[in-house]
Amino acid sequence: MRAAAPLVEASGLAKTFAGRGGVLGFGAGPSVRAVDGVDIAIDKGETLGLVGESGCGKSTTGRLLLRLIEPSAGVIRFRGEELSGLSKAELRRFRRHMQIIFQDPYGSLNPRMTVGDMIAEALVIHGEGDRGDRVRVVADMLDLVRLPRAAAQRYPHEFSGGQRQRVGIARALTLRPEFVVCDEAVSALDVSVQAQIINLLQDLQRELGLTYLFISHNLAVVRHISNRVSVMYLGRIVETAPTDELFRKPEHPYTRALLSAVPVDRPGTASRRTRLKGDLPGAASRIVGCRFATRCPHVQDRCRQSDPAPTQLPGGHEVACHRVADGTLPATESIV
Amino acid sequence: MPAPLLRVDGLEVALASTGATIIEEVSLSLEPGETLGVVGESGSGKSVLALTVMGLLPRALARTRGNIQLGGDELTTLSPDAWRDRRGRDMAMIFQEPMTALNPVMRVGHQVEEVLMNRRGMSAGDARRRATALFERVEIPEPARRLAAFPHELSGGMRQRVMITIALAAEPRLLIADEPTTALDVTIQAQILDLLRDLQKERGLALLLITHDLGVIAEITDRVLVLYAGRVAEVAPARLIFDAPAHPYTRALLASRPALTGPRDRLVSIEGAVPSVGAMPPGCRFAPRCSFAIGPCMTAPPALIACAERHAAACVRVGELG
Repeated sequence: MRAAAPLVEASGLAKTFAGRGGVLGFGAGPSVRAVDGVDIAIDKGETLGLVGESGCGKSTTGRLLLRLIEPSAGVIRFRGEELSGLSKAELRRFRRHMQIIFQDPYGSLNPRMTVGDMIAEALVIHGEGDRGDRVRVVADMLDLVRLPRAAAQRYPHEFSGGQRQRVGIARALTLRPEFVVCDEAVSALDVSVQAQIINLLQDLQRELGLTYLFISHNLAVVRHISNRVSVMYLGRIVETAPTDELFRKPEHPYTRALLSAVPVDRPGTASRRTRLKGDLPGAASRIVGCRFATRCPHVQDRCRQSDPAPTQLPGGHEVACHRVADGTLPATESIV
Repeated sequence: MPAPLLRVDGLEVALASTGATIIEEVSLSLEPGETLGVVGESGSGKSVLALTVMGLLPRALARTRGNIQLGGDELTTLSPDAWRDRRGRDMAMIFQEPMTALNPVMRVGHQVEEVLMNRRGMSAGDARRRATALFERVEIPEPARRLAAFPHELSGGMRQRVMITIALAAEPRLLIADEPTTALDVTIQAQILDLLRDLQKERGLALLLITHDLGVIAEITDRVLVLYAGRVAEVAPARLIFDAPAHPYTRALLASRPALTGPRDRLVSIEGAVPSVGAMPPGCRFAPRCSFAIGPCMTAPPALIACAERHAAACVRVGELG
C-alpha cells in the first residue's frame, strides 16, 4: 500500500509499569501492561488518529514513540533509523524532529517564565542562535500561531485557555519538528475555542508539512482531523483504517460499540445501539485470548483461548478479530 | 400543561466581594417528567445556577435577586435548615466526580441506607433490603457484595451509579445532574445516560441536566436553555435548538463542533474568548464575538424575544437573521 517508508514506525512496542499499591501501599502490586504489542506506521505529512478509552494505552504509545518513556520491548524507527537502542546523547539529535503538545496548556507551561522565554527555551537547550536570533524566532513563532508579538513579554496566566494552547503549540514547533504527537491537545478547551485550535493545527500541518499522531478520546474530533485512525483497547490496536472507511464501516466489535456509544449529533437520530455491558477490565493481568472477549457481544470460545492477529482487509483496513478474519462476524450496522 | 415543579425567576448571583455578577436575569421552568438541558461553556454560570437552586452556594457567592419556587413554595425565603430539608426530600443533585460527593471512609451501602433511614424513616433491615433493590435497579452487578465496598474500590461508572442511587433514595421530584457523564468514557457515558433516561420516565422525575456537551443534550433533553457568560441566550425545545437555532451564539456553537457523519469541512470557529466575570461588555455579552453585531447590540443586554411557541432568543436581530 505504501509508496515510501513511513516517517515513524514501531513494531512490537510494549510498556509494562511496575505495579503500585500492594497491601496497605507496601510492596509492589501486580505490574500493568499499559502497551502490549503495538505496531504502528505513520507516513510523512499524514495525521494518524489514535482513539480509545481511558487506560487503553494511547498516551503511553505516544510517549513511547518519542522515547519520553523507555519501552519494555519493541523497535521504533524514525526516517528508517532505529531509535530504540540510542543513548541519551544520540537521542538528542532526533529529539528536535519529534515534539509533543499536551492537553493542559497551563500545566505544561512554567508560570514564572514569560511566553517569549518559554518559546525560546528549546533553542537555549539545543544551544542554537544568539539573543537576537532567539528574539526573531520567538516573533516568528508568535506570528505562526496567530498571537500578537507583544505576548512574548507576558505570563501564561494572562491568557485564555485557547491562547495558552497556542503558546504550547509555538513551544512545540520552535525547533521545526517533522513529527508532532498531539496528546488530547484540544480536549480541555471549550467547543468554540476547540474549533480555533483544530483549524490552527490543520493550517500548520499544511504550511510546515507536519506529521501528526493525534491522540484523543473524542471520536468526532479524531474523525475531523485524521487521514487514518487506529482504535486501541487494553494496550493493543484492534483496528486501523482510512478515516471515512473506519467511521462508515467499522469492523471490530469494539469499534462498532464505541461508535454507537457516541452521543448523536441532533435529537431523534439515535440509531441501533450496541450497548457494552460492564467496565473495562484492569490491564494488570496477562490476557490469553482477545482482550475484548470479556465484553464482546459476538464472543466465541476460541476468542478466550487465542489472541487474534491483525487481518488485512482491502483498502488499508486492518482488524484484529477472529470472526472478522474468517468472515463469520454478523454484518456491520452502519452508523451513518 | 401541568404546573411547573421548579420555577426560577430573574435570578442573579454575584461575587460577595466585588458585586460582579456571575449570572443575571436567569429564568426557567421545569415540569414533572421533563428534562431541561442547560448548556454552556466555561464561565456560562451553569453550575452556579444549579448550586443556587440547591441552596448550596459557596460563601464567596451571593444570590442578589430573583425567586426560586419548588412545587409552588418559595425557597429563597426559607431558613438554611428548611432549605436543607427540601434538598434532602424533594430535590437531589449528582455531580461530575462522585468521589467528591461520596464519603470515602464509609461503605457505599451505608451511605444509601443512611438516606433511607433518615429521610424515609426505614428500619435498618428495611433500608438494607431497599438499598439492595436500588443497586439492582441501577444495574450494579453483585449488589450484595458492592454494598460493602468503599467508593475507591469501585470504577468511575459504578461510583456514578452509587451516587444516582443515593440521590434517588429519598425519592425526590427534582434531580439536578451537573455534568454527570463528563468524567466517564464514552461507552460508560452511554450506559449512564440510558439509566438516567429510564429512571426519569419510571419516576416522573423533573431532570435539570447541566452540561457543556451538545451531544449529551441531543441524547436526553426535551428542552434546552443556552447560557452564555451568565445570561440566557436562547431557550427552546431540543429539536429546535439543533434544527432552527435562533441566537447567533447557538448557531456558531453548533457549527463549530466536528461531526461524526457528513463532510469534513473546515470548522467554523468563534474568534476570541468568553468575557470574564467583572469585565462583561455593556451590551449583549456575545456582541464582541458576533458576526451579526450592530450598534444597539453594544449598548444594553437584549431581552428574550419570542420567535416561536416555547422558543425565545436574546438577540435584537432575531427576526431578520432568518
